[in-house]
Amino acid sequence: MEFSRRHLLGLEGMPKEEILFLLDTAASFKEISDRDIKKVPTLRGKTVVAAFFEPSTRTRVSFEIAAKRMSADFVTLSAPASSAAKGETLLDTARNLSAMQPDALVIRHPSAGAAHLLARHLDCAVINAGDGAHEHPTQALLDLLTIRERKPQFEGLVVAIVGDILHSRVARSNLHALRAVGAEVRLAGPRTLLPRECAAFAFATTDVREAVRGADVVMVLRIQRERQVGNYIPSIEEYARYFCLREEHLAEAKPDVLVMHPGPLNRGVEIASSVADGPYSVILDQVRNGIAVRMAVLYLLLTGAREAMAATREQLQGIPAGKQRRVGR
Amino acid sequence: MSVWILGGTVIDPGNGLDAPADVHIVHGRIAAVVPPGSVVPEPHDLVIPAGGLWVVPGLIDMHVHLREPGFEYKETIETGTRAAVAGGFTAVACMANTMPVNDSGAVTQFILERARLAGLARVYPIGAVTKGLQGAELAEIGEMREAGIVAVSDDGHPVQDGGIMRRALEYASMFGLPVIAHEEDRTLARGGVMNEGVWSFRLGLRGIPKAAEEAMVARDLAILEQTGGHLHIAHISTAGAVELVRRAKARGLNVTAEAAPHHFTLTEAAVAEYNTQAKMNPPLRTEEDLRAVREGLLDGTIDCIATDHAPHHADEKHCEFDLASNGIIGLETAVPLTLALARETGWSRMAMVAALSTNPARILGVPGGSLSVGAPADITIIDPEMPWILAEEELHSRSVNTPFLEWELRGRAVVTLVGGELKWRLGQPLARAEVGDKR
Repeated sequence: MEFSRRHLLGLEGMPKEEILFLLDTAASFKEISDRDIKKVPTLRGKTVVAAFFEPSTRTRVSFEIAAKRMSADFVTLSAPASSAAKGETLLDTARNLSAMQPDALVIRHPSAGAAHLLARHLDCAVINAGDGAHEHPTQALLDLLTIRERKPQFEGLVVAIVGDILHSRVARSNLHALRAVGAEVRLAGPRTLLPRECAAFAFATTDVREAVRGADVVMVLRIQRERQVGNYIPSIEEYARYFCLREEHLAEAKPDVLVMHPGPLNRGVEIASSVADGPYSVILDQVRNGIAVRMAVLYLLLTGAREAMAATREQLQGIPAGKQRRVGR
Repeated sequence: MSVWILGGTVIDPGNGLDAPADVHIVHGRIAAVVPPGSVVPEPHDLVIPAGGLWVVPGLIDMHVHLREPGFEYKETIETGTRAAVAGGFTAVACMANTMPVNDSGAVTQFILERARLAGLARVYPIGAVTKGLQGAELAEIGEMREAGIVAVSDDGHPVQDGGIMRRALEYASMFGLPVIAHEEDRTLARGGVMNEGVWSFRLGLRGIPKAAEEAMVARDLAILEQTGGHLHIAHISTAGAVELVRRAKARGLNVTAEAAPHHFTLTEAAVAEYNTQAKMNPPLRTEEDLRAVREGLLDGTIDCIATDHAPHHADEKHCEFDLASNGIIGLETAVPLTLALARETGWSRMAMVAALSTNPARILGVPGGSLSVGAPADITIIDPEMPWILAEEELHSRSVNTPFLEWELRGRAVVTLVGGELKWRLGQPLARAEVGDKR
């Protein structure tokens, strides 16, 4: 398998083979995090800069741990506290960072397309860690990896995504990736947050029950309080009344349904605590897999890896090809 | 001094003429339009050979932003009128969103004086509807009229208050001025940055629903029906808005409309990859809307083509899509894009020239739009077939924000005469402006 991509900007249009290759690579990296010494020298001498123009803890920490377990140097720039406040443009900030010759720039930004803008102007690899309401590709990859560990065949799987579809980059990345690998996607949310155009991409409904019926996976999206100010919903309470995922909904899903959430959770708002903590929940697996996925993305982009999976494993020393660890509970 | 344009095909909607003819110009006015070869020029006459070319009344762009005073880093009256004559336009009407806003006779006079000094295309200032484009109090329309405005518009700051729009239509009618409306209900547009639809969903960008334009068109037509006056709808972009205008015209309302070349050439798909050169307001719409704008032009619902020439500095486009400025330059691409439309749709060249010249002259009540004997010799000579590629270096505007860079175009203005004076001849560079470089 060739992986000749220079950047990871989004998953829309990414072919199935490439997505599966990314997942395979990530799966092979999981074992590193289970070692006593959680570090391989693979990316020694590489520098990864994370520029976060939006508050985020978990994604940044996940990238940082991933980079460090691969021995890359990792530097964080929290932009709201630095140049953006001084009126510097995004492009100037990025050019300055680029002049310091990092190998990769991980960017999170409130404007859709910000990662595309940088990719057009910078020499280093650009990894989109969330751009406005557009995409969050590593999140979707970790979601797919988590699904595949429990349900190895994507073909024919029914995945319901519930919540603020309009503003969710997680929904978009998952929608494109899941469709590419052959899963059936259903979208559910209040009409105000589920634009009519969604129907061009997937079955869309305002009825959570209908979306969840017979589903293999239910992904719950975080609802933000700003949506109330924007008059998308009258109140968080009313949102919860119709769209909070509860056990009664899951009764309609497949018996082995998986419940996922990209975090951070609003307990009792979009997901009932009993569901978040219940037996179907794989939320913490998602977090664990986030490390492996980001290790894989950094590895493939920074080594310009063109080798087959077998070679990937060789390089990691001692992971026999074909032996993939299955994480289960 | 006398000028002859020999051997061309004269297309003059003002006189219903589409035939080979020679044009004679004396003292800046059209002296004769005669069958080819019927007169032999004097030895000292200037002769412009026009074999295989169209000779048409000077093109008039009734919607441009010249940015002066206040935003000279984007464009000046001089650079803007250079772009105009290079694009075949002998006259432009410039919007009031300068700094200071053109809401007083003093600013109107300033613009006219700068245009006179530039000495290229004719410039017709458009005054603000409301003071400072704030949408709250009527500007002194009479004073501006006396200084030389030809219309009023708050263009990019559409009048949200229906009561003020009503008063504007009534008051402006007293001076015979059209009110030009950028039709947008801001409460529906809600800070959107592109058309709302499949593409905005895909790109995660805030959408502007078509209803934002259509609701405002409907409102203004309802006001017009009650108050009279002349409403001109700027850069119409949706199928629904075109249909509203069609019905209003059928009822006999005094409404006219313009379409911009980008709205009949591109769709929202041009925004893919966050191309800020495809960001404008109204936004590029869907295939269905593009077809409706074309049909509107062909059936006369839309009276004219106007470019909404909107120069912006490179820094205002090389940034996040959300933050990028709206608009593109249009003066130097209107002719080839309109010719492409005509080729694709079978639109008659007579109607096409009318949309670029005769109709805007009529709407604004300015001279031009015909090659009648005695009229000022504002003439554009077009090579309808010439292939060329739009290169940044060739643009005369101070800004280069256009999605059509590197496009293979066909057709071009090769000569532009204003008042009988040669302002543009392809291949002979216009003298460079004394003021700075592009960008």
